[in-house]
Amino acid sequence: MEEKKNYTVSVYTENNIGILNRLSAIFLKRHINIESMTVSESEIEHVHRFTFVVIVTETLIRKVVLQLEKQIEVIGAFFHTEEEIIYHETALFKISSEHLYDENIQNKLKFRRAHIIAITERYFVIEASGLKEDIDNMYQKLKHYGLMQFVRSGRIAISRPRMAISDVLKEIAPEGEKSEDRSQKTEVQRII
Amino acid sequence: METLKKEVQEINTVKSVKMSGAEAVIRCLLEEGSTLAYGYPGGAIMPVYDELYKYREQFHHVLSRHEQGAIHSAQGFARVTGKVGVVFATSGPGATNLVTGIADAQIDSTPLICITGQVGSHLLGSDAFQETDIIGISTPVTKWNYQITKASEIPAVFAKAFYIAKSGRPGPVLIDITKDAQFGELDFSYNKCVKVRSYKAIPTLNIEKVKEAAVLINAAKKPMIVFGQGVILGSAENEFKNFIEKTGIPSACTGLGLSALETDHPLHVGMVGMHGNYGPNVLTNQCDVLIAIGMRFDDRVTGNLNTYAKQAKIIHFEIDPSEVDKNVKTDVAVLGTVKESLVEVMQFVNKGNHSEWMKEFHKLYEIEKEVVINDQLNPTKEGLTMSEVLAGINKETKGEAVIVSDVGQHQMIAWRYAKFTKTRSNITSGGLGTMGFALPAAIGAKMGAPDREVIAIIGDGGYQMTIQELGTILQTKAAVKIVVLNNSFLGMVRQWQELFFDRRYASTVMTNPDFVKIAEGYSIEANRVSKREDLADAIKKMTDSKEAYFLEVVIEPESNVFPMIPTGASVSDIRLT
Repeated sequence: MEEKKNYTVSVYTENNIGILNRLSAIFLKRHINIESMTVSESEIEHVHRFTFVVIVTETLIRKVVLQLEKQIEVIGAFFHTEEEIIYHETALFKISSEHLYDENIQNKLKFRRAHIIAITERYFVIEASGLKEDIDNMYQKLKHYGLMQFVRSGRIAISRPRMAISDVLKEIAPEGEKSEDRSQKTEVQRII
Repeated sequence: METLKKEVQEINTVKSVKMSGAEAVIRCLLEEGSTLAYGYPGGAIMPVYDELYKYREQFHHVLSRHEQGAIHSAQGFARVTGKVGVVFATSGPGATNLVTGIADAQIDSTPLICITGQVGSHLLGSDAFQETDIIGISTPVTKWNYQITKASEIPAVFAKAFYIAKSGRPGPVLIDITKDAQFGELDFSYNKCVKVRSYKAIPTLNIEKVKEAAVLINAAKKPMIVFGQGVILGSAENEFKNFIEKTGIPSACTGLGLSALETDHPLHVGMVGMHGNYGPNVLTNQCDVLIAIGMRFDDRVTGNLNTYAKQAKIIHFEIDPSEVDKNVKTDVAVLGTVKESLVEVMQFVNKGNHSEWMKEFHKLYEIEKEVVINDQLNPTKEGLTMSEVLAGINKETKGEAVIVSDVGQHQMIAWRYAKFTKTRSNITSGGLGTMGFALPAAIGAKMGAPDREVIAIIGDGGYQMTIQELGTILQTKAAVKIVVLNNSFLGMVRQWQELFFDRRYASTVMTNPDFVKIAEGYSIEANRVSKREDLADAIKKMTDSKEAYFLEVVIEPESNVFPMIPTGASVSDIRLT
């Protein structure tokens, strides 16, 4: 049996209604659960970037990415292993203000990429960011204080190797000066 | 709208004229050279129908009896002509009734434009009367879809839709138009779409891959070709024939590849797949190079993938990158149109002759003939076989007819025994296996090829799924010939029950109506035969008729289609009995 791994899939699309449905249908029809998803604008105007995290085999992710790319409004689709990306998640913790001066909380904030972003009479809000595991750790430590609310974002990721999307984007949006310079990084082969 | 402008490249600006969105819909179709559509009116599409009435001299609309009938007719038209089929339906149930046909067109790569009415944009999402989220519903089974909420979007969306439906690997596109967009006014001008920035219709041909393929082909001792519908969709029939005649490679077709090469061509070694011919199935697992051309290694073709052509180098000529390595790992993938790729590869392949290897196919054919075919065509039992009906039809039509088959045993028999001399002559529901496809598809095929004989071969089960389309025949006088092979069973399911479920015939026995009377009720001349001695005359009478004709043939109830690759078995374990 081929090993299943975390794959981060980046899909560049037109910014049109219904694309999410079209992309999620590809995962759905192969019975793949989406572990995390983030959608945002990309480095090119009117081009959106979807970042999915899925746990599948390499054989399967190759097929899925080709089927994602086949969708008319998809400009390019790529997949990366954990080693090939720099990634991040963000989380917000809402905690009752009675704990605000608790030394333990203050100490935890010191050692992590975490800080207080709002304080009111009744509660305060901690923002933390980092790897999934960092957020998991933070959650474990803060949950004893009775979290009033907890929310975390999907993964956002930047690939270490250069993505060939830069060329495609340049072609379709020549003003895309922000896209990566060809000489800067090693080329990632597109699948076909 | 602004984004849409950015995404597409256009040509041919037509002078701007003020008109309603509904009129613009018809004008867009005319601009694309489309003058025929199938459909069914209803509340949300009424403004468009009003324009269809006004444009009735220039644009012909066929009123089907159910939206599923309309879309299958459009598929039949598209398959026989290579043009884009057009369908109209209203919102809600009208739109959802199209879904089976859309899925069928998607899996069989049929170019369609489906136009559905939608409730007014102010009502979207409010569960209004006959509102349904057809964009959401159709997304997984369309090549592209779009909801128009402003009249001004119509020309650009239609241009893009036509381009997407027919370019690259063709497929269905659905355009949903809110009622207010149909009533709204726009300055109409039409620019044909020639490029969509996010969509590469045809992958760039890599000449190195062509050379690699040629090296394998030239070195092969026992090469075999499996060709599919890609040859037909890419209008590459001549290039394909040139290629096989130069290389002398035995060529087998898939179900949808039928008619791309005339049946009697000396290099045509039959059909692969579950009910294909013995030789090409067995020899798939003996060839040294397997050349797949415009086909997608469907599971009904490959049987068990773990034992499929493991000894062979595999070359795949394919237009759709997502099909490469999807089911079968290839050694060389040549991406691009079949036509262009074959022209290129011709420069590098040697003239070949594989007569010794060809003898293997002939040898296995003789076995199949002895065990299966002879008994099918000259049965010793009293009951008629489906195969002898097909043989009778071949005799009368000389292989020049368009054969439209439904789904089931009769379909497999039609694929196995119908003779084809012209391309685009096998119209059938391959990938989706949609019962009820044939009768409406035959209507569309006849309208697409009015000078050709169009014969629908249908089982008694599938016939009753869209039997209402006899009304369309009555109204349009489409001269289709309908042959119902009636064994009073859902035959293929019954066959599986016999072979794999100890003959427990769960819900496969059919109590059928008097089909002759039903046809006559629609003023269609009808006949029934149940005796062998009457068959030839009955077929002749049918093909002699210039009008629509219905022929019911009473078939031996419990006969099976062989050869057969049982599910999960290897192609080389194909059973003859």
